[in-house]
This record gives sequence, C-alpha cells and structure tokens, in this order.
Amino acid sequence: MIIYGTALLAVSYLLGVFLGGLLGQILGVDANIGGVAIAMILLIVGKEMLAKKGYLPKSTQFGVLYWAGMYIPIVVAMAAGQNVVAALSGGMVAAVVSVIALTATVFVVRLLNNIGNDYDTFTWDDTEEYRDQL
Amino acid sequence: MDLIIETLTKNAFVTALAVTGLVMLFSQILSKYLTNNKLQSSAIAITLGLVAAYFAGLYTNGSKGISDIEIFSGFALLGGAMLRDLAIASTAFEVDVKEIKRAGKIGIIALILGCVIPFVVGAGVAWTLGYRDAVSMTTIGAGAMTYIVGPITGTAIGATSDVIALSIAIGLIKAVFFMIATPLLARFMYLKSPRSAMIFGGLVGTTSGVAAGLAGTDVRLVPYGALVATFYTGLGALLGPSIFFLTLNAIF
Repeated sequence: MIIYGTALLAVSYLLGVFLGGLLGQILGVDANIGGVAIAMILLIVGKEMLAKKGYLPKSTQFGVLYWAGMYIPIVVAMAAGQNVVAALSGGMVAAVVSVIALTATVFVVRLLNNIGNDYDTFTWDDTEEYRDQL
Repeated sequence: MDLIIETLTKNAFVTALAVTGLVMLFSQILSKYLTNNKLQSSAIAITLGLVAAYFAGLYTNGSKGISDIEIFSGFALLGGAMLRDLAIASTAFEVDVKEIKRAGKIGIIALILGCVIPFVVGAGVAWTLGYRDAVSMTTIGAGAMTYIVGPITGTAIGATSDVIALSIAIGLIKAVFFMIATPLLARFMYLKSPRSAMIFGGLVGTTSGVAAGLAGTDVRLVPYGALVATFYTGLGALLGPSIFFLTLNAIF
C-alpha cells in the first residue's frame, strides 16, 4: 500500500527532526541541528533494511517517490512565500556573495581536477557506458 | 465570480497545488521555446516564484510574499518548512548505498570543500557588507551553498524572513550560473571524466545546477555529478545549523 511508503518517510522525518532537536538541546542551541539530514540517513537505512527482506514493493516505494517528485514544486511555492521585497533592498549583497563564491568554486574545481590530471588521457569506453545507463 | 473566488479561498491549499502546477507548466514551455532547454524549467519556476513574491510584497506590504494575498494563502502551507523538509528527506530514497562507495575519497573531499568554501566566502562577504550577527552571517553563507540549505539553516537558527529570502536569491544565482556556464567553463575546469564530474558535483553541490550544467557539457557525466551532489544538500543541512553556526556564534 502506498501509505506504507509515505509512513516510512514520515516516521523517518519525525525521528530525524526529534533527534535534531535533541542534539540542539544537548549542545545548548535553540536550533534543530541537522534534523533533515538525520531523517535522510534514517530513510536510507530503513529502505535498505526493508529491501533486503523484500518488504518494498513498487506501491510502497511510490509513497516516498511521490514526495521526491514534489520537491521542486514545493521549493517553487516556498520561493513565492518569501519576503523578496526586503531581500532586494540588500540586492548588492546577493550579487557580491554570489560572484565571489562562484569564482572561488570554479577555481577549486579546476585545481582539484588538475590534481586528478586525467583530462588529456581520459577516453570514454562507450560499450561500458551504455550498460551503465540502462 | 464571487463564488469562484470564495471556492479558491476556502480551499487555499488545493488552490496552491493547482497554481504551482500551472507555474511549472508555464516554466517548462518558457524553458523549451525561449531558452531551447538550456535553462532548466525548475530554475525558471523558482525565479517566477520569487518575482511573484516580490510583486505580492509590494502590493500587500506583508512579509510572506504571495501567501499574504488571501486567495494564495495555501502557499504558506505548501511552501512551508514542514512539507519542504519532508520532500527534501524523501529525495534520499533514491540514493544507493553502493554508489556512495564508488564516489570514494575524492568525492568526500570535494563535498566538504564544496560546503566550506561558499560558506566562508558568503559569511565573510556578509560581514563586510554589514550583516554582523552570527545568525544572518550563517544564513547568507548557507545560501551560498544552495537555495535549500540557506532557508533550512535560516529557519533552524531563527533568521528573519528577509535574510532567508536573500539566502534563496544567492543560492538561485549559483544554480542558474552553473546551468548556463558549466558547458562554457568545462575546459577551464578540466571537466571530462567521471572522476572530474564527481569532483564538480561535490564542489558545486546545487543539484539542479549540477545536473543541468553537466547535461549541457556531456550527458554521460550527469549521473556521476548528481551522485555526489545528492549528498551535498544533506551535508549542508547538517553542517549549516550545527558546526558552521556554532563556530560563527563562538566568534561573533
């Protein structure tokens, strides 16, 4: 049943947020520390355990995947509910932060890939690639 | 007419679902015909959302964007922290544990650097531009990671809505930049092999930017980059309100 998947997600989420809140309390910050990430880890663990025992039919999976598919629309709705007027009053901040952070990222990608040093030598093994994509 | 408005207002959450669907459709059409699929429809839709929030804010003088207009009040629930975090957690379902091992050490190094570098830059620039409190600096730094990590972090540590919106804007610029610029900068970044794509995915992190940017460079690179980038949001959401915030909180 589809609700089993959604319930698995919901329980992981609740546990994650609870543990995140607990972690915040222990560390003495009034914040949820990594609750969502803990929920993600719990969901992966739960999924692996159920899959191993064969308790994960398509319909159950779909109960989780539906929410994964709703991710971008929900982010769109979130964007529409923000205080953009106030944000744009500090518009320069967004531009300056972005430009500097982007430039730094691009240069570090170049640096790490240069250390990897396979740009000139690497060629795709096409037959293997086809298998990977199937 | 009144009855239509009454129906839409009384069922505000369902209205929000319908409107969001229309926005996604509209964005897909814009992406296809205006940008030849170069700009991902999700980036266009998010931009449209921010634009709508801007005009709604001018119109209502409120702080909750479009959801301050009664007929669109359902957006407060649909785009609220609860459903958003649930949807983000659900994306982990598609992660394959075996694939984590394939990404290997270099992926982990890239991931950690990918979180630390934009955060330090973002928080540093925020400080120089006058955002001197730890909460705002952390939120802006988290926004320089992704437009998801920014609001998650901001909500968790109690940032104001305008700082959260700012962090979304910063994250969005990042996503759009890498969608457009990755193919152009591929040679400069030595982006060609699966390994280089994993490094790229870890450092850039923003899933939509990585997937669309790599698709424009070489479709075969997409799964490798997305594989590492999938962990970025989770790691960012873990580090942002915890280690990063606590560090800044101790200093400032």
